[in-house]
Amino acid sequence: MASAVATDFTNQIVYTDEVAEFSPEIVAEMESHLTKYPAERKRSALIPLLFVIQRERGWVDNAGVNYLARFLDLEVTDVWETATFYSMFNLRKIGKYHIQVCKTLSCRIMGEPDITEHICNKLGIHVGETTEDEKFTVSRVECLGSCGTAPMMQINFDYHEDLTTEKVDKILDSLK
Amino acid sequence: MEIKAIGCEPLQLKRVHLKDSHTLKVYQENGGYASLKKAMNMSSDDIINEVKASALRGRGGAGFPTGMKWSFVPRDSPKQKYIVCNADESEPGTFKDRYLLELDPHALIEGMLIAAFALGSEACYIYYRGEYRYLIDIMDKAIEEAKAANLVGKNILGSDFNCEFYTHTGAGAYICGEETALLSSLEGYRGHPRMKPPFPAIEGLYACPTVVNNVETLTAIPQIIEMGGEAWHNLGTEKSGGTKLWSVSGHVKKPGVYELPMGYMDMEKFIMEDCGGIRNGHELKACIPGGSSVYAMRADQIFGKKVRMDYEGLVEAGSLVGSGGFIVMDETVDIVDSTKNLTEFYKHESCGWCTPCREGTDWLTKIFTRIADGGGRPEDAQLILDLVDNIEGKSFCALGDAAAWAIQGAVKRFPEDFKKHLLPNNGNN
Repeated sequence: MASAVATDFTNQIVYTDEVAEFSPEIVAEMESHLTKYPAERKRSALIPLLFVIQRERGWVDNAGVNYLARFLDLEVTDVWETATFYSMFNLRKIGKYHIQVCKTLSCRIMGEPDITEHICNKLGIHVGETTEDEKFTVSRVECLGSCGTAPMMQINFDYHEDLTTEKVDKILDSLK
Repeated sequence: MEIKAIGCEPLQLKRVHLKDSHTLKVYQENGGYASLKKAMNMSSDDIINEVKASALRGRGGAGFPTGMKWSFVPRDSPKQKYIVCNADESEPGTFKDRYLLELDPHALIEGMLIAAFALGSEACYIYYRGEYRYLIDIMDKAIEEAKAANLVGKNILGSDFNCEFYTHTGAGAYICGEETALLSSLEGYRGHPRMKPPFPAIEGLYACPTVVNNVETLTAIPQIIEMGGEAWHNLGTEKSGGTKLWSVSGHVKKPGVYELPMGYMDMEKFIMEDCGGIRNGHELKACIPGGSSVYAMRADQIFGKKVRMDYEGLVEAGSLVGSGGFIVMDETVDIVDSTKNLTEFYKHESCGWCTPCREGTDWLTKIFTRIADGGGRPEDAQLILDLVDNIEGKSFCALGDAAAWAIQGAVKRFPEDFKKHLLPNNGNN
């Protein structure tokens, strides 16, 4: 299909003072997260809010982080400190569909290498790359808690289990 | 995939096969929330004593006695007390909590309510691993249902007991299954473990008294209150009370989540009969019974050895119950390759806080990669063991120990696999 546009998960952040803007609905959604925690413990909402940023902006970007720092009365570095720790936060642009193949032991012995190879061949990219049309990014991730139905992958937030190469074809072909 | 109880009446799995098992209606039709009502007529001490009598031990992996953990909370403290459910299920080979969260969310809510009532807590957090996002919607709906039925919120069931529930998500970090790292993460920080003492029971979430329990631990609480601690204890053995969920994966014909009474006899029967045996044309080579962090067992440590499946039985047999993540491997698996896989896991998941774990797991991964690429040397086995010795017991939290045991077990118990890779003519370069 397409050739690669990025080669690894290197941080692509360009640090500027730009602050993202969000619609009133999104701001209200963000505020609703704050109600879960004591008023003086707003920072607790940081991880859920980083997911909102990622969903709205496509990745955890500089302008989104600057917004969160203001929103939570934190230093920008506080937000980066947390954002850079967790593997689910993408610090660079990725495709519309993030294919995350579980690579840990049970999946590995049940056929993960063939599944990964098949996906990469089908999409014409390597692990860590995004297709040129920015539709798919392929990653290998650690145990997703689906060992009894190995091999498996997660695409964005959806689990796909008991995979075979035929099943993978069907799933990928169904994604528009 | 199978989900069933063997050798006992299903307790944890009592409702999972019912249609709409996740709804309040089905939960209540099958005895749900009766234990909460019973507990609310008991004193805090009586509830804690029942949990102690049950001999329930933490089902997340560490196996700490739950009643004792609860008893450490200073109930007379003026601070808020928190009940936190650890739903950060991330130990490789473990997937039992996922099914409890999906199919029986009210059992968790009821268990947490009983804990909150006993310990004087008014706030419960359920911390999900970020990848389990789809399960949060199920729980949020269950909480809404419970709230509408006056089981969660203010003046629960007309009493002066108030308790709110909140779901929270991590974002991809195995270390957040360690309870103090989980609390750091819940406060919005990197998932770094904290110095103990103070233990969370004294200073946990927001420096307030906190109990952190695994999903399966908390869903056992309503059963214990219903039948009494001693009766629940008697389902298992003298030192290992009740039943336990085992997540079975790998080369068996029938992988799945199995509920067994503690002390189930025996591991050979479990693998070869209950789980359908090894896939056709293959034979058992190894089994990791308690999640990737415990010692792997050889087939000859299982066959004919009458291995009793409980805390003491597995220690005698040379491994641990851990999280019950039961990974079965046949003869096609090269233990060097499987151990390299786990080494990469621990390297990736090391939080980087302490040197032995951060540098040790990185170095081990480099050695295993070199061996896999054909550069193994005879002295590597000893080098690995020496390196592991510098992690075990020397890391800030148990992640280092976990990595050490997984690797130690492989090197010591499967020397023939290593011999094939560690060749004298590879020299010292």
